[in-house]
Amino acid sequence: MSVADNSPASRGRGGIHGKLSKLRHAREFNVLIALVMMGGAISVFTPYFLTVDNLMGVSRAFSLTAIMAIGMVMVIITGGIDLSVGSAMGLAGLVTALCFDSGYGQVSAVAAGLSVGAVFGLANGLLVTGIGLPPFIATLGTLSIGRGLMYMITHGVPLTPKTPDSFTILGQGYIGPVPVPVVILIVLTLIFSLVMIHTRFGRHIYATGGNEGAARLSGVKTQRVKLTVYMLSSLISSLAGVIAFSRYLSAEPASGFGSELDVIAAAAIGGASLSGGIGSVTGAVMGAALIGEIANGVVLLNINTYAQQAITGGVILVAVSLDVFRNRLKGGR
Amino acid sequence: MTQFLEMTGISKTFPGVKALDAVTLELQAGEVHVLAGENGAGKSTLMKIMTGVLKADAGGSIRIEGQEIDIRGPLHARALGISIIYQELSVVNNLTVAENIFLAREPRNTWGLIDRPRMIAEARRALAELTVEIDPAAVVGTLSIGQRQLVEIARAISYRSRLIIMDEPTASLSNHEAQVLTKLVRKLASQGIGIVYISHKLDEIFEVADRISVLRDGRSVCTYPAAAMTPDLLVREMVNRDFGALFGTHVSHATDEVLLSVRNLTEKRPGGRGSRVRDISFDLCRGEILGFFGLVGAGRTEVMEMIFGNRPATGEILIGGGKVRIVSPSDAIAQGMGFVTENRQELGLVLGMTVRENFSLTHLAEYCSFNVVNRPRETAACLGYIRTLDIKTPSPEQKVMNLSGGNQQKVVIAKWVARKPRILIVDEPTRGIDIAAKAEVHALLNRLASEGISIIVVSSDLPEVLAISDRVIVLKEGRISDELQREAATKERVMLAATG
Repeated sequence: MSVADNSPASRGRGGIHGKLSKLRHAREFNVLIALVMMGGAISVFTPYFLTVDNLMGVSRAFSLTAIMAIGMVMVIITGGIDLSVGSAMGLAGLVTALCFDSGYGQVSAVAAGLSVGAVFGLANGLLVTGIGLPPFIATLGTLSIGRGLMYMITHGVPLTPKTPDSFTILGQGYIGPVPVPVVILIVLTLIFSLVMIHTRFGRHIYATGGNEGAARLSGVKTQRVKLTVYMLSSLISSLAGVIAFSRYLSAEPASGFGSELDVIAAAAIGGASLSGGIGSVTGAVMGAALIGEIANGVVLLNINTYAQQAITGGVILVAVSLDVFRNRLKGGR
Repeated sequence: MTQFLEMTGISKTFPGVKALDAVTLELQAGEVHVLAGENGAGKSTLMKIMTGVLKADAGGSIRIEGQEIDIRGPLHARALGISIIYQELSVVNNLTVAENIFLAREPRNTWGLIDRPRMIAEARRALAELTVEIDPAAVVGTLSIGQRQLVEIARAISYRSRLIIMDEPTASLSNHEAQVLTKLVRKLASQGIGIVYISHKLDEIFEVADRISVLRDGRSVCTYPAAAMTPDLLVREMVNRDFGALFGTHVSHATDEVLLSVRNLTEKRPGGRGSRVRDISFDLCRGEILGFFGLVGAGRTEVMEMIFGNRPATGEILIGGGKVRIVSPSDAIAQGMGFVTENRQELGLVLGMTVRENFSLTHLAEYCSFNVVNRPRETAACLGYIRTLDIKTPSPEQKVMNLSGGNQQKVVIAKWVARKPRILIVDEPTRGIDIAAKAEVHALLNRLASEGISIIVVSSDLPEVLAISDRVIVLKEGRISDELQREAATKERVMLAATG
């Protein structure tokens, strides 16, 4: 290799300059730039965009997608995919609602909601590791089962039980100016970033996705790693489901449907490679933020809201294409 | 003989590196011209220029039959009659032999559909020219590696090639298949086709070559008629050092203390099918280097995978006299075993990860407190091994995919040695790495043995097995066919046990 390896960046230490330069080489940097530029562009047309009120609103709107993207990106880095996140989310909210409806307290209701995630995660993990189904198929199956169950339980009618006020803090509360879901997002982002970068488990996730055979022969318990990431993904999604229910206090029969696509898109925009081994939690969260920002911009600029999906799609293609080009420039001679 | 290709003053500069420096190569029609040199000597770059994959720097000239020519790209090279058969096979496994031979130039009938009968007939003709018996309608994935290579050669011939470049064609072939291939190479030459042949195997070079050209550090060193060259001289020209000085003499560090005992190890196959590898029993002593030799398909790698828990098996494994249960690689590792796998790119390394991350993957817990990795300690340990094993990498943060084959192999060895194993299994430790790196790997294994580590070396390279082992076990068709002490292990006896 050439010049770059003598730069402070590649040595990974030394001074603020080195840190900055390292940041510039990180894949997440692209997303950050896109985020800032998009924000700049929107605020040229409407000054309201850059107000605390609006930014907090936007953050709360994308926080659920971003929370689920944290779990998703870990699954994707192992080389898998989890299509069932939307179902886990919706069903978790519904089960929480059912518990309140039957008169259980909030602790048991939330616990019941989260246990939905545990069941989804265990099912996905065992189908993938035990039976050896391709993750796409395994989670496609659980996705459909989840959807079916929701229609069977609700008969297509939203469930709106009475809930204690303290429960609504989770989805509707604020800490200072910051909505509680955003606080939860920040905490989870910090925790799982540290896990991915600094722990043995994180390293094993990257190794499993990078080369499963080599990782296994090096003593990494790859099946256990995979089981764990599916568990985490479903648990995190069910937490998102509980938060969503706390926010709207209504368990919709179609809650969470289709959200897996936004979540996967967030991870991909954030630099995760669907073939495994590459990606980051912060990238995925920023990817979700970018999608949220676009949605907000479309509303603020009075663009036809139907165009929002099309714009998001375009952004995904541009973001991932840029990444591919960058790699080609770096790798090719 | 007439001259076919002449390259003079060929240079190629990559950013920061001069890969080729005024190289000259001249090739006659109907000769087998071996191109020898260490990894990094510039052979691959030269091949890529010949086949139009890379463009040479301005100033050199390429002449074909006396005509100065600018090779514009791979397709143009093919039209000029130049084909290449790569080290890694480039056949599509799920297509048939005929479909592979005519890939992207399928004969078509009047309806514009593929004319299958004609395609199969022409494929059969191409294969018949090679006097090999392969069914043109067979799916390539069902063929042996050697047969797949023959399919590639048939494809090259069907292009009406006048120059075929073969880059280490026997690297993954069994001895028998390699012999078939070298015979075929001679036959093609006798039909007037020029062959550029790249190989690291000395015996093979002398078996096949008419002339030998040596490249060193991107420069042409010499060209000799094969008859005027000896193995010692060739090595000296390649590495600029003496053969003997490179490998040193063998010192045994074997003790009498049995560390590993394998009893009646038999492959367990799903559905109760017959086990191919069976009744493997042997002992391994502390500090001993035990060689495992066998032809391709004899079950060498399978035995090692069974011992390491990566392949289901019945039988007993005892370590230090006590029976142990090994059903996964992590069990084997917990028992103090390490496994340097045959295929470093597929099973040895996570190519997208850095040297440091690959290095520590086997023993990450050592640098962790409460499962959090202490990065400075990890880096320091990695730097230590980079120094002691002389791994050529700009930093521990380099991705291993950017390292040369020999240095990748050292990273694989480092990651196991750092775990301080009691038993180290090394499968084909020197495949595809050059002679100087090979000598270093041998010296390293010797040093590990002197530190009391027991080592099993699996290799299809007979001279290597004989040079390095205290004792040799020979496998044939999934069973142990002979066991020889170093003194008794001659080339002839081992080959006889492997084939007889």
